[in-house]
Amino acid sequence: MADSSKVTLLDSWYSPFGMRVRIALAQKEIEYEYKEENLSDKSPLLLQMNPVKKQIPVLIHRGKPVCESLIIVQYIDEVWNQKSPLLPSDPYQRARARFWADFVDQKIYSLGKQVWLSTGEAQEAAKKELLDTFKLLEGELGQKPYFGGETLGFVDVALIPFYTWFSSFEHCGNFTMVEECPKLVAWAHKCMEKESVSKTLPDLKKVFDFLMDFIKKQKANK
Amino acid sequence: MADEVILLGFWSSPFAMRVKIALAEKGVEYEYREENRFDKSPLLLEMNPVKKQIPVLIHNGKPICESTIIVQYIDEVWKNESPLLPSDPHERAQARFWSDFVDTKIYWLGRQVWLSIGEDLEAAKVELIRCFKLLERELGDKPYFGGETFGFVDVSLIPFSNWFYGYEQWGDLSMEAECPKLVDWAHRCRKKESVSQSIPDQQKIYEFLTEIRKKHSSK
Repeated sequence: MADSSKVTLLDSWYSPFGMRVRIALAQKEIEYEYKEENLSDKSPLLLQMNPVKKQIPVLIHRGKPVCESLIIVQYIDEVWNQKSPLLPSDPYQRARARFWADFVDQKIYSLGKQVWLSTGEAQEAAKKELLDTFKLLEGELGQKPYFGGETLGFVDVALIPFYTWFSSFEHCGNFTMVEECPKLVAWAHKCMEKESVSKTLPDLKKVFDFLMDFIKKQKANK
Repeated sequence: MADEVILLGFWSSPFAMRVKIALAEKGVEYEYREENRFDKSPLLLEMNPVKKQIPVLIHNGKPICESTIIVQYIDEVWKNESPLLPSDPHERAQARFWSDFVDTKIYWLGRQVWLSIGEDLEAAKVELIRCFKLLERELGDKPYFGGETFGFVDVSLIPFSNWFYGYEQWGDLSMEAECPKLVDWAHRCRKKESVSQSIPDQQKIYEFLTEIRKKHSSK
């Protein structure tokens, strides 16, 4: 029977990590209360629910917090296990899905930031490594419509929010994703056909403008 | 049908030790193959082409990579023996959170204490102690992070107890004074056969790491 206890999500609209959780909740058709956090002025609730990392996203279910986006997505998958499974049932396939989601975590954010904020040789190196990362992901996707196979899965949920960052990488790194990684772009468009994704991801231009502003401020502070 | 289980590791790697401990907890027989970090075997490169790192578990020809992912896999496949992750989803999320904390904080801060000097070392040391105290609070009065029994977070953290002596020497601190509960916990874990047979002698680790520290600081 579906769990109907109250669900609250502490998040920030532009966070790709928060988007992962929102997509998972939408896939499972879970009703929840969304609370926008101002990360320069964190709410007492956030600091109480995530005292160790003080970060969003935080899912609060039955009064108890769950932190770290991929851990939250696995929790959601385990509790609301009747609908739209995100992780495979086979342990080996599950380990593979965890590996690639972890790979996304280790690579995309840190390399992306370097493409945004560095210049010259350092930026070129970061861009090359970011594109290599995307190409490895394309290899893993293969001919499948989704990383999860025929349906949206754990790795798709982990990666698709970074689609909102593609245009910022292109702009800062001076390349186009459709030329470098056409399969990944096609995969992203396929994901966007799903309501759980298209209704969750913010407007791409809004994110682009936000990121450009962020980059400008970061560069001015140096 | 007999399972074929092979572990590619390196003797001093805390990550490989996690896998050895998990396999021992489950009573799984396996073949251990020592890798040379500077001359990686064709098997390692074939089985982990993305990261080219140990540990890699090869189960009936199929590779599983990343230590905490391997430990979860072992827990799921050999599920009838010594469960490492709790059955309750919230407790399971907590266990994953703290294991990830060990990975993102303890390893990296410990590495900085190991390899740096002066102000960098001081900064890393202060933050490392703060993180150990957070872990102590999480442990509370329980014998193990897993509660009454040895669990996922215990497996993730115990290999780093090999580095305690090193932190003390390089960082000029006393783990006993700073984190007595954690030191007690480490002694308790090390009495378990699955742990004692999986981790090398502390002195050997210390000497090995100190050699690298000397070379690093002479650059």
